Amino acid sequence: MELTINWYIALSAILFSLGALGVLLRRNAIIVFMSIEMMLNAANLAFVAFARHLGDLDGQVLVFFVITVAAAEVAVGLALIVTIFRSKKSINIDEINLMKG
Amino acid sequence: MGSGPEVIIFILMALVSIAAAVMMLQSRNAVHSALWLVLNFTAIAVLYVLLNAPFIAMVQITVYAGAIMVLFLFVIMLLGAEQLQAMTGVHGSERYHRAVAIVLVVLLVGGFGYLVTLGGIGSGGETAVIDASPVALGLRLFEGYVLPFEVTGVLLLAAIIGVAVFTRRKKKEA
Repeated sequence: MELTINWYIALSAILFSLGALGVLLRRNAIIVFMSIEMMLNAANLAFVAFARHLGDLDGQVLVFFVITVAAAEVAVGLALIVTIFRSKKSINIDEINLMKG
Repeated sequence: MGSGPEVIIFILMALVSIAAAVMMLQSRNAVHSALWLVLNFTAIAVLYVLLNAPFIAMVQITVYAGAIMVLFLFVIMLLGAEQLQAMTGVHGSERYHRAVAIVLVVLLVGGFGYLVTLGGIGSGGETAVIDASPVALGLRLFEGYVLPFEVTGVLLLAAIIGVAVFTRRKKKEA
């Protein structure tokens, strides 16, 4: 059997779908956040797979930037969750409805 | 992109990462979820090694499985949020979310199937293994992506300031 890029793209699609499922189905804000990380990871895997397939380093450089931005995003997001938890004593995303018109 | 042992490693790591992802989604305890996610990230790091990206694999383990997940665990334990869970049953919005999720999965898998069968990904010749050492990666980063690199630095600074502002306790509140 030959290991082609299709296998990696398939795995990436599956992981992305699982992350999307987590975002849509879970109510715990922290778990939703972890699901978003998993989706970013699936995209990274696709980037690296294409970098390998096309013989180009640019894909790996892009993964670099994605990881950096993800780190910044996690810091800000978790700070938001901490702040929300302080004021509402809950991180259930169904109860966070201050912006509801 | 390889055969023989690489296929076995790929299948093993793919199964581990999918299983870890499923366990992360369905586990009741947020700390368990975080640990399953670490396993998922580690399995993907092994795949990066297979894909001729050793430096990215190391960054994945130190930054993702290390720093980011420690931050997650820290916040979970700080809030005592490990048991906070959906206490209610299925209500209206959740049913709607489930439908959207199923549609999304079907679209994604269908799109992948289309790409493989008609779009032509994966066809075409195999490219040679290129030099992906940290030196080559750094050269590429600083020769072609200096401006994005600087912008990323500004973004990180903005994130630091943002986090400090968010979590600062106002004197009147205390």
